[in-house]
Amino acid sequence: MSLFQVANDGLWQRLSDHLIVDLPIGDWFTLVVNFMQAHFDLFFSVVSSVISFVADNLTTFFNWLPAPVVFIALAALALWRVGWQFTLFVLIALYVVLGMDLWPATMDTLGLVLAATIAALGIGLPLGVLMAKSDVVQAIVRPVLDFMQTLPAFVYLIPAVIFFGTGRVPGVIATVIFSMPPVVRLMNVGIRYVPSENVEAGKAFGCNGLQLLWKVELPLALPSIMAGINQTIMLALSMVVIASMIGAGGLGDPVLAGIQQLRLGTGFQGGLGVVILAIILDRLTQSFGQRRRRASVFSRLAKMFGSNSERPSAG
Amino acid sequence: MRFESAQGERLKTKLSVENVYKIFGSHPKRAMARVAKGEDKDRIFAETGMTVGVSDASFDIQEGEIFVIMGLSGSGKSTMVRMLNRLIEPTSGAVKIDGRDIIRMSRKELIKIRRRDISMVFQSFALMPHQTVLENTAFGLATAGVGKAEREKRAMQALDAVGLKANAQSFPDELSGGMKQRVGLARALAVNPSILLMDEAFSALDPLIRTEMQDELLRLQSEQARTVVFITHDLDEAMRVGDRIAIMQSGRVVQVGTPEDIVRKPANDYVRSFFRDVNVSHVFSARDVAKRNQLTVIERAGMSVRAALSRLDDHGRDAAIVHDRHRCYLGTVSVESLRICLEGLAADDEGDLEAAFVDDVPQVSADTSINELLEPVASSPYPVPVVDADGRYLGAISRAVLLRTLSRSEEEAA
Ligand SMILES: Nc1ncnc2c1ncn2[C@@H]1O[C@H](COP(=O)(O)OP(=O)(O)O)[C@@H](O)[C@H]1O
Ligand SMILES: [Mg+2]
Repeated sequence: MSLFQVANDGLWQRLSDHLIVDLPIGDWFTLVVNFMQAHFDLFFSVVSSVISFVADNLTTFFNWLPAPVVFIALAALALWRVGWQFTLFVLIALYVVLGMDLWPATMDTLGLVLAATIAALGIGLPLGVLMAKSDVVQAIVRPVLDFMQTLPAFVYLIPAVIFFGTGRVPGVIATVIFSMPPVVRLMNVGIRYVPSENVEAGKAFGCNGLQLLWKVELPLALPSIMAGINQTIMLALSMVVIASMIGAGGLGDPVLAGIQQLRLGTGFQGGLGVVILAIILDRLTQSFGQRRRRASVFSRLAKMFGSNSERPSAG
Repeated sequence: MRFESAQGERLKTKLSVENVYKIFGSHPKRAMARVAKGEDKDRIFAETGMTVGVSDASFDIQEGEIFVIMGLSGSGKSTMVRMLNRLIEPTSGAVKIDGRDIIRMSRKELIKIRRRDISMVFQSFALMPHQTVLENTAFGLATAGVGKAEREKRAMQALDAVGLKANAQSFPDELSGGMKQRVGLARALAVNPSILLMDEAFSALDPLIRTEMQDELLRLQSEQARTVVFITHDLDEAMRVGDRIAIMQSGRVVQVGTPEDIVRKPANDYVRSFFRDVNVSHVFSARDVAKRNQLTVIERAGMSVRAALSRLDDHGRDAAIVHDRHRCYLGTVSVESLRICLEGLAADDEGDLEAAFVDDVPQVSADTSINELLEPVASSPYPVPVVDADGRYLGAISRAVLLRTLSRSEEEAA
């Protein structure tokens, strides 16, 4: 045993003397970051001002809205898309949020999530289309997405802080990057899995590339796209909470305080607020993923009265 | 049948396929070289991993005919039909519509052709689930930029033609398979194309609905003859709808001809194997079994009752058919009917043959199927005359001939 160990140690010693070189990857990374800071200054400041404009306005807007308006708007959405049970839940949950005195924080978080989601979709949806249309783009983007999804969430905070300092803007940027992969992926998959005969039918009836996308591929991929949007929103919410570590504000603050100062109650309340917001956003966005039919109510009614052969516009 | 009866007229070639190849794989040119050397599909696949989809296909399709492409699964039918509207790009060769090679056309011209001249019906219907039946039907028109009112009007007409006007506002998943395919058909007809491609369009339907759809196609075709390319792996269907049939075997077109041609003279064992269990009575019509030498033939002009009787005596026959100068069938006379007629005549009276016509001999038209022949032939005392569309005499069918044909078809079926 010990003989073996000695031999092993000796071998390893010799191997490492010859083969292992020092890789100062951390130093290289610093160099890259410094280089980018020095030469892409303008780029970062433009991105920063756009993001802060959108994020600030959205958070201000939601905070400006009187609570009853938010109550009514969300309840109406819930009633339209989901059902009365869920509407009841929404009303009670929002009341709890008010009662915990977390209303401003919740509205902040909502604004940040929305800002980040808009940016993530703005980049992610077209990227997903490109990825579906080109195998080369897919081959490049896919490993990047895999990489992005395996990184722990708070790792995104580091470059965001380096380039944009602390506050809302880096929080939103980290959130955008963290939450983008699902919508890109599911757009890609959704388009690629449109049944080939439907695509052929589109082409056979003379669609050009853009028509094929609009009339066939996007509508048939819609459930998948909506699932992607839903996941992106959920990831954005979780990241926004984490981003309070770099001063993004919102519902993450009480949670962070709970951790840092061991204030169990505060932390729990913040967590509850996050959960409530998560459930409301999740159910509402999921409901948009189910295919709605414009005419089905009409046609069923018409069938009921046996007069569906007449149609005014078909004269 | 239409194809045959059009023999006299000059047929116009609508679609012509010239030396078309399709090879699936990374280096089609390399596989082409092997094909040229005469290597077969299986060997090329085993050694290079490339698939020969279609190999050296050439045929012409006439305007207004239903041209069936038949073959086993994997024989290249779908690939072939998709090269006719360039959904699949041929590796080499030409596909000409009205003499214009669509393979060398620009993308823009091709899209124009697809919007105007050629449309397609798919095996799994390929309807858009998010659109109503009406919107689905108007799909091609919408793509071509036709205004909403106009396209809905035309889509409605197309739906009316397939009997689905009442379901215009339904969604595809509310319809049965047969109805879905009617929508598929209406969508293809709405753009009023001159060419209709149908890839196993009825194969996913159950047998009863399938027959119904075949009838529907034939009915639509009788109202307005389009050039139809109909893909099927089912022989009965091919026989039913096809004016001509092309048979494909592992990527090659091994035989093209009318159903009768192919049944009579199959090009090889593969083709013959399709017909092993075919019921010949579907394939042959009265035209095919009618015999010229069954009866004495008499031209009416200048033939007296007496002369006719002696002609029959000479030939030792019981009956004769009478035709006019244009070989149009007039009636049948028999020894018996001529005798009776003669008894009523004065010695110097020439007599009129028409007076001796036997009433209970029916005439049948050339494309009557054998099954439908049984009844008239059995009930007629003499062989039944067969006439073409213009009334011209083609031959006659006796009971013995019919029985022989039927028993032969049963032997072949066994
Ligand atoms: N996209 C494709 N890639 C590779 N091989 C294909 C492709 N499409 C068809 N093939 C092959 O080409 C041959 C002909 O297929 P197909 O035209 O679909 O036959 P059929 O319609 O007669 O069943 C088959 O061997 C099939 O595997
Ligand atoms: Mg096929």
